[in-house]
Amino acid sequence: MSTPPVVRVVEREALVYARLWRGLAFSTFVQPALYLAAMGLGLGGLVKAHTGSVAGLSYLDFIAPGLLCASATQLAAGESMWPVLGGVKWMRQFHGVVATPIGPGELYSGFVLWTAIRSMLGAIAFLVVAAILGAVPSAWGILAVPAAGLCSAAFCAVLAAYSIRLDSDLSFPMIMRLGILPLFLFSGTFFPINQLPSGLRPFAALSPLWHGVELARAATTGQFHAGAIATHIAVLVGCIAVGAYFGVRNFAWRLSS
Amino acid sequence: MTMPVVAARSLTKRFGAFVAVDGIDFEIAPGEAFGFLGPNGAGKTSTMRMIGCVSPRTSGELRVLGLDPAESGADIRGRIGVVPQEDNLDTELTVWDNLMIYGRYFDLPRADIRERAAELLEFVQLSDRRDSKVDPLSGGMKRRLTIARSLINRPEALLLDEPTTGLDPQARHLLWDRLYQLKRSGVTLVLTTHYMDEAEQLCDRLVIMDNAKIVAEGPPRKLIADSVTREVVEVRLPLDADTAFEAARLKRFGDRTEPLADRVLVYTDDGDATMHAAVDEGFGADSMFVRRASLEDVFLILTGRTLED
Repeated sequence: MSTPPVVRVVEREALVYARLWRGLAFSTFVQPALYLAAMGLGLGGLVKAHTGSVAGLSYLDFIAPGLLCASATQLAAGESMWPVLGGVKWMRQFHGVVATPIGPGELYSGFVLWTAIRSMLGAIAFLVVAAILGAVPSAWGILAVPAAGLCSAAFCAVLAAYSIRLDSDLSFPMIMRLGILPLFLFSGTFFPINQLPSGLRPFAALSPLWHGVELARAATTGQFHAGAIATHIAVLVGCIAVGAYFGVRNFAWRLSS
Repeated sequence: MTMPVVAARSLTKRFGAFVAVDGIDFEIAPGEAFGFLGPNGAGKTSTMRMIGCVSPRTSGELRVLGLDPAESGADIRGRIGVVPQEDNLDTELTVWDNLMIYGRYFDLPRADIRERAAELLEFVQLSDRRDSKVDPLSGGMKRRLTIARSLINRPEALLLDEPTTGLDPQARHLLWDRLYQLKRSGVTLVLTTHYMDEAEQLCDRLVIMDNAKIVAEGPPRKLIADSVTREVVEVRLPLDADTAFEAARLKRFGDRTEPLADRVLVYTDDGDATMHAAVDEGFGADSMFVRRASLEDVFLILTGRTLED
C-alpha cells in the first residue's frame, strides 16, 4: 500500500505543526474568537441600537462567517510567503524534499493542501466559539469549514506560486498591507459590500475572500441561492486552478535551478 | 559486465547562455568511490544535481542505475541518497523527527523507519542526541545527521556534494571514517570536493573538472604519477621577490617549476637532492621543504591555477 506523495508532504507539515502548535494556537484560535466577541457583541450592540440588523441579520450573525474566512485568508497569506521563501532559500528544506521521490509539483500541492487543512482546523475551533455565542443560527453552519478551506487554498495556491520565484522577502510586507489588509476589511467581512461606493463594488466582487465569506455566510445562516453558491465555488476553484498552473511550474523551475 | 551506477556521455547543462557543464563523459562502477575534484564553479554541483535527478540535463546522455532521469526521476531518487552542499534539515525539529519525516518521503513504513533510524544514529554517533533539536547541534553533527538521513532508504549510491566543507579537522576525519565504512559495506559513493586531500583519502577514481569540462580522469595515485614528478620542493620567497624570475633560476635544479604568488614549486623525482643542490649553490629563500606530489599539483599543471583560488 503506497501513500500518495502529496499526503506524505502533508504528514511532514502536520508533524511540524503537532510539535509547534502551542506557539501558533493564539493566532489561530484565540485571536479570531476575541475579534468575534469584541466586534460581534460590543459593536453588534451599537448596530442593534441604531439600525437593528445588517443585511437582515444580527451583526453578530453577519460578522461571524466574515471573520471566519478573513482569519483563514490571513493564515493562508502568512503561510504562503515567508515559509515558502524559507523553504527554498533560508532553511532550504524544500531542496531536501525534492531529492526524494517527492516531486516539486507534489511538494507544492501538499503545501497548499496542508494550509487548507490548517485553516479548517482553525475554522472548526472558531465555529465552536461562534456557536456558543449564538452566532451560528443554522445547522448548515458546519459547511462553513470547507468554505474556509477553499478560501484559504485559493490564497495559498496563488501566493505560494508567487513566493517561490523570489530572492528576497521585501515585497511581502507590502502584499500584506496593500493586498491582504484591504481585502480583509472590504470583502463583505465587516459590512455588506453594497455599503461601498458604487464604483468600488465590482472590485469587492473580484475578491476571493468575498466569495469565501458569502459561502460561509450562506452556511452559517442557512440562507442561500444555489446559483450564487455555484458561482462562489467556481471562482475559488478557479483561483486554485490558476495558482496551481503556475505553482507547479514555478516550484519545478526554482527547485531545479 | 556489470551495469555502471552512473553513465554520462556528452552530458551538458546550460543556464541561459551560461554553460555549467560542457559535454562531459564518465562512468561510475558499482561499489566504487568516485570523485569530482575541481575549484568552485567548475560544474561539479550542477553535475551532481543532474545525477540526483533534481535538475534536468540540457543535452547529452545520462543513465543512473540504468534508468533515464528524464523519465524515471522519482524511481531513481527513491534508490539513491543525497547529502547536499548546504544542510537542509528541519532545524526546529528533533534529530529523531528529521529521520522519521525523511523516511516517510520515501514511503517507508513507520516501523521500518524507526528501526533504521536507530541503527543510523548509532552509525553516525548521534544516538545520545536523538531527542535534541537540530538547531543547537555543531556543524559536524548536522553533517552526520544529514548523512544518516540520506541513508534512511538504504540507497544503492550515495551522492555527497562537498561533504566536509566548513568542518574543523576533527569533524572531517570522523566523517571520512564513516564514509570509508560505508564504502566497505558496498555503497557506491559519488562525491564532489575541492579538497585534494579528501579526494586522495576517499576516492578510488576521480575526474578533475575545470571550466565545466573534465581535464583528467583516473585513480588519484595514477593521476599524480602520470602528470607530476614524485616529489615537489616548495621554495618560499620573500614577499617582494619576483617569483617568475626566481622560477627560471630554479629550473635547472628540477624537471619543471611553477611560480605561485609567494613561492615556487620545483618538480623533481629526488626532492632532497634538488633542495641540497639549490642550497649548495647559495640560492636564497625564506624556507624550503620537500613534499610528495599531490592532486593539487596535477590540477596546477593541467590548468595553471590552484584548486582553492
